[in-house]
Amino acid sequence: MSMCAENISLHRSGFDLLRHVSMTVEAGKVTAIVGPNGAGKSSLLRVLTGEMQASKGRVLLNGRTLSQWPIIERAQLLAVLPQHTTLNFPFTANEVVGLGRIPHQTGSATDAEIGAQALKLVDAQYLQKRFYTQMSGGEKQRVQLARVLAQIWQPCPGEEQFLVLDEPTSAFDLAHQKLTLDIVRQLAARGVGVVMVLHDLNLAARCADKLVVFDGGLIAAQGSPEEILTEQLIQQVFGVKAIIDRHPTTHKPLVITE
Amino acid sequence: MTVGTVNISLADSLSAMSGALFGEPVAAQIHLILVEIRLPRILLAILVGAVLASTGAVMQGLFRNPLADPSLIGVSSGASVGASLMIVVAGGFVETGALMGLSLVAVGAFVGGFAATLLVYRLATSDIGTSVTTMLLAGIAIGALAGALNSLFSYFADNDMLRQISLWQMGNLSGANWPKVSMMALVAVLLFSAFPRDSRALNALLLGESEARHLGIDVQRVKRRLIILTALGVGLTVALAGMVGFVGLIVPHVVRLLIGPDHRWLIPASAVAGALLLVIADSLARIVLVPAELPTGILTALLGAPFFIALLLQQRREL
Repeated sequence: MSMCAENISLHRSGFDLLRHVSMTVEAGKVTAIVGPNGAGKSSLLRVLTGEMQASKGRVLLNGRTLSQWPIIERAQLLAVLPQHTTLNFPFTANEVVGLGRIPHQTGSATDAEIGAQALKLVDAQYLQKRFYTQMSGGEKQRVQLARVLAQIWQPCPGEEQFLVLDEPTSAFDLAHQKLTLDIVRQLAARGVGVVMVLHDLNLAARCADKLVVFDGGLIAAQGSPEEILTEQLIQQVFGVKAIIDRHPTTHKPLVITE
Repeated sequence: MTVGTVNISLADSLSAMSGALFGEPVAAQIHLILVEIRLPRILLAILVGAVLASTGAVMQGLFRNPLADPSLIGVSSGASVGASLMIVVAGGFVETGALMGLSLVAVGAFVGGFAATLLVYRLATSDIGTSVTTMLLAGIAIGALAGALNSLFSYFADNDMLRQISLWQMGNLSGANWPKVSMMALVAVLLFSAFPRDSRALNALLLGESEARHLGIDVQRVKRRLIILTALGVGLTVALAGMVGFVGLIVPHVVRLLIGPDHRWLIPASAVAGALLLVIADSLARIVLVPAELPTGILTALLGAPFFIALLLQQRREL
């Protein structure tokens, strides 16, 4: 089973934001979406998660269209981390992460345990009792990440789960960028299908099983990083001259811009 | 119970109350003051305070704005237009046209408040959903329109009507009687049995509407339900007690500072605190100018406005 975008087109106020986009997010794999600003990456995520209705085409989650899923059951399978979340009320980190357990009826003791573990996983256990409104940007983003992790913490019997992340590392330092990608790999190893928008091509190449390159509302290329990352593609999509080398230890493609 | 223009000692009050309960003879005047005037007034203050404060907490959560207030969605302005219209147009019937203990003015206020809320809600709802920003702006626009209509009615009103309009707009609990108390109680019970179900949804909504949807909340339905309940609750308080301002703004805010923003505790705690505040404010209103009485709304506004300004200053510092 998978999360599947079939021939999606999206028109809004006279603009074609997406044109005939088809892609699949497989369970147990990490899919990274890259591309220049305004290429349609976030629009696709919005369509994938049901926030925007596609003008044409459909989205299938484990074989059923999004609207066929009861809203609670869908929330048990699909967790979404938006690029920005504004929360102006003084919840503690514990309370924010607890919100991720709303779709589940596991009881407050289990929920608290899961919340604590999720915060620990993202290196934020020291924030437990701190107020969200007083945290730094990176701390807030980690707490929000813990919230969506708590939402799909336990496997859902009989169904594949998916995690959608929109630029999850944008506010992170080097250590937390690496930590996030490690968490994503662990989740994929557990069978969760992860799809995320990333700006750093090297992070994407290192972490993703599959790369989807957007350009002007179209998919310019998709496949494994090794297959599709070429100097020509980067010139064509980003307009930047680059050299593709291999990472000395991981042997993943390494994009070096001039 | 004991304080007011006529002082009645605590002992007398208690014996009068037990007398009323067990059918013993009590001095008729004391009985009248206590059972027919003061007791319903205090109960009405409790109910109105609880409803205003808890709907205030709900609106602040729904609009993700700690400065929101039920009056922002048009209830109060619509209600005042309805009331003024009734005072001016149906002036002659106001005293006689009682309907279940409600005057025509109260009916006008209730219908006006409800209609304004529905209008604001409709204006803000498109096929994408209800936009909170548009709704606040629509509330302001309706408020301006209501202000103009109010002035128009005042222009056509004679002196007596003018005094009625302005007294009513000040907010006053002095008209309390048992039918009003029972109506208010009925709506309060409805509200407080409905709110707990949506408390967690409100918590999720503080993150944002799409975040709440991803957490399995049927945002559109929750919003519609809470807005209708609020319009009903606030519309009725305005109808029965006039414009009692700031309770819905201040109380949830203070309670949030004390116990945090979790709506599972915030809503009931706000209700209790709101009831307490309004009983105290109304008792003050009854005794500061003995033998005259101040309209309760003047006191809550006098207390509330400086508090609101302090809140704004604090917010400005945080930016």
